[in-house]
Amino acid sequence: MIRVAVTTDAIDIPAELDIHDAGGHGASASFIGRVRGDGGLVELFLEHHPALTEAGLAELAHVAADRWALSALTLVHRVGAMVPGDSIVLVLASSAHRAEALSATEFLIDRLKTDVMLWKRETFADGRVEWVEPRESDHGRAERWDT
Amino acid sequence: MAMTVSYFAWVRERMGVAEEVIEKPATVATVRELVAWLAERDERGALAFVEPGRIRAAIDGAMVGPDALLGDEVALFPPVTGG
Repeated sequence: MIRVAVTTDAIDIPAELDIHDAGGHGASASFIGRVRGDGGLVELFLEHHPALTEAGLAELAHVAADRWALSALTLVHRVGAMVPGDSIVLVLASSAHRAEALSATEFLIDRLKTDVMLWKRETFADGRVEWVEPRESDHGRAERWDT
Repeated sequence: MAMTVSYFAWVRERMGVAEEVIEKPATVATVRELVAWLAERDERGALAFVEPGRIRAAIDGAMVGPDALLGDEVALFPPVTGG
């Protein structure tokens, strides 16, 4: 079962786990990305494309499902305005054994930083507003999966 | 030929609109040529496309390179920063 969602609401992690775990999997891996309050950040805004962001997430999910033997996959990305501590992204991957679940989770979090139409804008307590620049290390991590 | 161009993130902010229909000249066939043409067209384009190497594009939902041929629509945006 593949579940992909883009939401402006807070990600309900217990509810997502319940849906994901319904099959009773041998091994489940998870990743939760949260807003950090570094440098006086007061708001993180995630801009997205009304259609292509979710389509991009779905494409990545299907690539992962083709590459690893997964019994369930959940990929939920929040968009819009968030504050420090909020969950930005949830990845859940399950398989019969741990290796496939862990690899698929790492693949998804690496690739969604470089392949999906999402843009972060940070607002700080002193009034500064800055669009986040991609890090070279993110591209390096994403490219590891090309081979 | 008329085509729809949509903008995202700081490209959208600098262009001042999220989407517009443009009449592009016949000499503009690729993403690279469109970006160069928009940069020449007016001040907001010059500001948004001052560094063409930082611009990414998508056509029909797929990320494309600067040499991709244009169709009815294209999205122009900075490198993505999700996750």
